[in-house]
Amino acid sequence: MQHVRMTETSLMRDVGSRSVASTGKIAVHQILVPFPVAYFTAALVTDLVYWQTVEVMWENFSVWLITVGLIMAGVAGIAAVVDLVSGKHRPAWPRVGGYALAVLLSLINVFVHSRDAYTAVVPTGLILSMLVVVILLAMAPAGWALTSSRRVGANA
Amino acid sequence: MMRVLKVAPAAKLPRLATICVAVASLGLAGCDDNGGDPKSQIGAHPVLPALQQYLLPPIRIAKAVGWGMDETPTVPQGLQVHALATGLQHPRALYVLPNGDVLVVESNGPKAPIYRPKDIITGWVKWFAGAAAKDANRITLLRDTNGDGIPELRTVFLDHLNSPFGVALVGNDLYVANTDAIVRYPYQEGQTSIAAPGTKLTDLPGGPIDHHWTKSLLASPDGSKLYVGVGSNSNITENGILAEYERAAVWEVDRATGAHRIYASGLRNPTGLQWEPETGKLWAIVNERDEIGPDLVPDYLTSVQDGAFYGWPYSYYGKHLDPRVQPQRPDLVASAIAPDYALSSHVAPLGVAMYTGGDLPASYQRGAFVGEHGSWDRTPLSGYKVVFVPFGGGKPSGPAQDVVTGFLDANNHARGRPVGLAVDRTGGLLIADDVGNTVWRVSSFRPGAKPASQ
Repeated sequence: MQHVRMTETSLMRDVGSRSVASTGKIAVHQILVPFPVAYFTAALVTDLVYWQTVEVMWENFSVWLITVGLIMAGVAGIAAVVDLVSGKHRPAWPRVGGYALAVLLSLINVFVHSRDAYTAVVPTGLILSMLVVVILLAMAPAGWALTSSRRVGANA
Repeated sequence: MMRVLKVAPAAKLPRLATICVAVASLGLAGCDDNGGDPKSQIGAHPVLPALQQYLLPPIRIAKAVGWGMDETPTVPQGLQVHALATGLQHPRALYVLPNGDVLVVESNGPKAPIYRPKDIITGWVKWFAGAAAKDANRITLLRDTNGDGIPELRTVFLDHLNSPFGVALVGNDLYVANTDAIVRYPYQEGQTSIAAPGTKLTDLPGGPIDHHWTKSLLASPDGSKLYVGVGSNSNITENGILAEYERAAVWEVDRATGAHRIYASGLRNPTGLQWEPETGKLWAIVNERDEIGPDLVPDYLTSVQDGAFYGWPYSYYGKHLDPRVQPQRPDLVASAIAPDYALSSHVAPLGVAMYTGGDLPASYQRGAFVGEHGSWDRTPLSGYKVVFVPFGGGKPSGPAQDVVTGFLDANNHARGRPVGLAVDRTGGLLIADDVGNTVWRVSSFRPGAKPASQ
C-alpha cells in the first residue's frame, strides 16, 4: 500500500512543481487519457458479466483490461508532465486529483483481480471498478484534461 | 457529478487515507503476517485459523544456490547420508526395480501458458527458485551391484518422455506416467535401457494448462489395476471448473483395457501413492490450496478411501468452505471427509516411502517418510526436509520427526529441495533433490564400517 501512495504524491509533486502561465492549445495527454478511461470502463463491463455468469474468461478479460489501462494511464501521466513542461498549460488540480485517485484505485484493483477465482471480482474488485468508472465519468465534461490553459482554467 | 472535482486538494489526502482504510478493511491483509508454529498443524487435528485474502499475495521463496563441495544434508545420530548420484537434471521421482536398479525420473512440467498478468510474475518466481529447469524428459538408471552405495553403472534408461513422474512395474510391463498418458514398455530384468517404443494404455489429463502436471503411479498388489494421482488444473478453479474435469482425483485404471474410474476425488494434488503395509490400504500425500493465509491449508497424508470426496475445490479439511469457488456445491461439501494426518501448511509434500524394515535403526521400522519440497508463499519458510511419520496399526501414531534437514543454508537459500523418495534393496532411503540435482542415500551409520561415500 505504501508504494501506491508514493505514486500519488510523486505525481502531484511533478505536476505541482511547475508554475505554468500561458495560453495553449490542446494538451497531448488529452489524446491519451481516454485510453485508460476506455479500458477501465470495459473492465467494469466484463466484471459485471463475470458477476452474472461466473465464467472465468470474463475475469481474465477484466484483469488484462485493468493492466493495460494502468499502463496507458502511466503514459498519459507522463504526457501530462511533458505538457506542463512545455509551458503552455497549468495543472487543473481537481481533475489531477480525481485522475490520480482513479489510477490508485485501479492499481489496488489489479491486485484484487489477481486473486484466484470468485473473490478476485466479487465483491471488492467489482466495487473498485465501479468507483473508478464513477470518478472518471465525473471528469468527462472537461474532456479528461488534467491541465488547462489560462482561459479554460477559469471555468474549472 | 461535479462533487468529485470540487474536493479541495487539501482535503484529498485524508479522503484517500479513508479509502485506503476502507479498502483494507474489506479483507485485504497487511504484509507482515507471519505464519504460526508449523507443529500446531501436524497430526489428525490441525489448528485451522480464519482464512484471509490478500492484496499482494505473500511470496517468500528460497533462492536456489545448490550444494557446495562436500556439503550434504544433515541427518540425526545413527544415520549417514551421501550422494548416490550427482549432476542429474531436475530429478523428481525414484523407483527401485526388483533387481535393485534405481530409476531416476528427470523431469519438469510443461511450459505454463500465460492467461493472466499474474502468470508472468509466477514465471519469474519459478526461475528464481530454481524450478524453471529445462525438462530432461528421461529416466536414468543407477546400478549398485555390490551394495556399497556407489553405483557402478549409470545409463539413460528411457528417453524422449513427456514430463514423466510415476513409474510402476507389473511383471514384464513397465508403466510410465507421462503428464498426458500412461505408456507401457516391455522390460526384462537386468535391462539397462529400453529402446522399444511404448504402447499407450490410456490418456491422462494434460495440457494446455496442466497446472499440476505430476502423475503419480502405483500398481495394485495383484497387478490388475493402476492407481494414478491426477492433480488439479489450478490453485482454486481460477481456470474454470471445466478445466478440472476428472482432475484433483485418484484414478483407478484397468490394466487390461485402459478403462478408468474415479477412485477418490477432491484431492487437490495427490502424489506419493503407496500401500500401507499393515492394512494394505491406499495412502497418498496431497498439496492443498494457497493464498488464504500462511497457515492455510495444511498439506496432508491420508488414506484414500474408495469413492470418498476430500473437499477440493469447494471446501477443505472436511466442510470448511472456500469462498473463492462459485457456484458452490453444498451437496458435495456435505459428503466431504477430512484427511487423516496434517503435515502443516505449504510444506509441499511430493514423495512418500512407507518403510517396512531393513537397514535403518529400529525407530524407523514402521512408518512413512515424507519428502517436503518446501514452501514458496509463507514466512517463515516451512518444509525443505524429509520427515518420518511413525505408524501403528495402519495409522499414524505420533508427531512427524525431522529426519533429513539442511536443505536450507544459514541465509535461507536452498541448497536443495527434496522431492520423490524410495527405499532401495538394502533398506536405504533414497531422496531425489531437484534443486541440488542429486539423489541422496540415507543409511544406518555403523561405527567401524567404512564410510560409504569417500
